[in-house]
Amino acid sequence: MRTLLDFEKPIAELEAKLAEMKKLAIDNNVDVSTAAAQLEASIEELKKETFSNLTRWQRVQLSRHPERPYTLDYIEHMCDEFIELFGDRTVADDKAMVGGFGRIGEETFMIIGQQKGRNTKQRQLRNFGMPNPEGYRKALRLMKMAEKFNKPIVTLIDTPGAFPGLEAEERGQGEAIARNIRDMFMLKVPVICIIIGEGASGGALGIAIGDRVLMLENAWYSVISPENCSTILWRTWNFKEQAAEALKLTAEDMKGNKLVDGIIPEPLGGAHLDFEQATQTVKNVILETYKELSQLTPEERIDQRIEKFSSMGVVTE
Amino acid sequence: MSWFTRKDKGILTPTEAKREAPDGLWYQCPSCKKVMHTREHRLFAWTCSSCNYHEKIGSQDYFELLFDQSRYTELDAFMSSGDPLKFEDTKRYPDRIKATEKKTGLKDAVRTAHGKMNDVEVVVAAMDFSFIGGSMGSVVGEKIARGIDYALKHKIPFLMISKSGGARMMEAGFSLMQMAKTSAKLALLAEAKIPYVSLLTDPTTGGVTASYAMLGDFNISEPGALIGFAGPRVIRETIGKDLPKGFQSAEFVLEHGFLDFIVDRKDLKDKLTALFNMLK
Ligand SMILES: [Zn+2]
Repeated sequence: MRTLLDFEKPIAELEAKLAEMKKLAIDNNVDVSTAAAQLEASIEELKKETFSNLTRWQRVQLSRHPERPYTLDYIEHMCDEFIELFGDRTVADDKAMVGGFGRIGEETFMIIGQQKGRNTKQRQLRNFGMPNPEGYRKALRLMKMAEKFNKPIVTLIDTPGAFPGLEAEERGQGEAIARNIRDMFMLKVPVICIIIGEGASGGALGIAIGDRVLMLENAWYSVISPENCSTILWRTWNFKEQAAEALKLTAEDMKGNKLVDGIIPEPLGGAHLDFEQATQTVKNVILETYKELSQLTPEERIDQRIEKFSSMGVVTE
Repeated sequence: MSWFTRKDKGILTPTEAKREAPDGLWYQCPSCKKVMHTREHRLFAWTCSSCNYHEKIGSQDYFELLFDQSRYTELDAFMSSGDPLKFEDTKRYPDRIKATEKKTGLKDAVRTAHGKMNDVEVVVAAMDFSFIGGSMGSVVGEKIARGIDYALKHKIPFLMISKSGGARMMEAGFSLMQMAKTSAKLALLAEAKIPYVSLLTDPTTGGVTASYAMLGDFNISEPGALIGFAGPRVIRETIGKDLPKGFQSAEFVLEHGFLDFIVDRKDLKDKLTALFNMLK
């Protein structure tokens, strides 16, 4: 059974109608091709209309769609070969942060990302995509290994935030994220970061310092989730739609404010409707971006990386 | 008629309290309830002479405490916030800024200055919690970044005094990227082998903890300061039970290995300069 968001329902209803029409036609051996074509056209029309007018909150809903491709789905579809690597070498292996060497065609990449689960059991295992400090330390260990073997790094960001738990505090959640942010600036190899779903705050930024930071069309990226923003500013969850508007958290907003470098288009209706197309688009963007970045020397990349983030901010003097 | 301005209003910062309470008034320690003269309190670097409770103080107090003869040169004193997102919650962001400026006499939540500390030339950045909870927006990030630039250019140590509830929500994505900007500059400072001391004061939480506050060569704190990434309320809601006593206190954070030492504010200046002199 597919999960349907409110604004997906009218489309799904028409699609069901179309399927029924086609079935009837076969069962009764009648020609419905004209009517079917008309219905198909209006479905396409409705899709375009719906998805070109999404509110910011609707994008947030899409970014969290339970059928959306997650990090390991991208890895599976993009890589010809993948060897997953585990552990931070200090405390544990964090299942909310996955990584390893993946081969795409001729190139080997270190691919790292937060991982969400699709059913109750997996969600618990993956801690809802909320890493502990071990996750950030594992990510940094893998990044430094990539640097050692001169392999480019790809990070896939999809997290509702770093885990706000007791042990996470004991083991230095803040320190782990801070160190990643600082050390990623000095990585000698190309770093490509892609927000594939949710990019919440420091938990996202902890693996999102790159030469290119890109967002999928229906991803969101900001300093706080709309719900938490609403709770703090309006003292209730009920203003999440308004908070989403105010935060300007969509790919278009973030690109417009020069806080990310580019937007990767999704299949019409969202990445969850066509894994193959969604993941192939991302794969091609990674390969093209890597080609561009490999024209630069490590020093040039580091300088430009620092310069880019250093210029973010609006002040008056 | 109030003697104990802090107790009566509950939310006044010492800076405000002092402004309203000229010498000759009294301070009551919120921890042990001892009453002392404001002059005495100041003499003890705004700590309690009885129980050593460290009152929250602002940038002005730290500058006066640390710089020789309280002499320093402020950097970027007139920098103030833009409103890139036209943010509006219950108030328009520019209105909130203006009202806060008026209330606090500050331009934003951090001030930066350079000067001499026991004859050691340093840059100090000190945060003010009274300005929208010490939240980190573009001004905080940019001032700290330029403070680090100054330290880099003159090859002098950088001291960061954090006191913050975290991100400035009204600057959303821009606020988030200040974590990146300040950390980028600290990477350069580290590469240049210039000492960076991060003093985490009560409270230091959120995005500040997940960026510059935890990146010191030396991470230090004052006794009893609250230090954490997630705030206690959020953690309590996550785990569904009460937090152990002393959780996220400076002492707790030191025991878990994330602080180099805890320093009494009265010793701060001398201990820091002793450290800087050893590194020369
Ligand atoms: Zn006391």
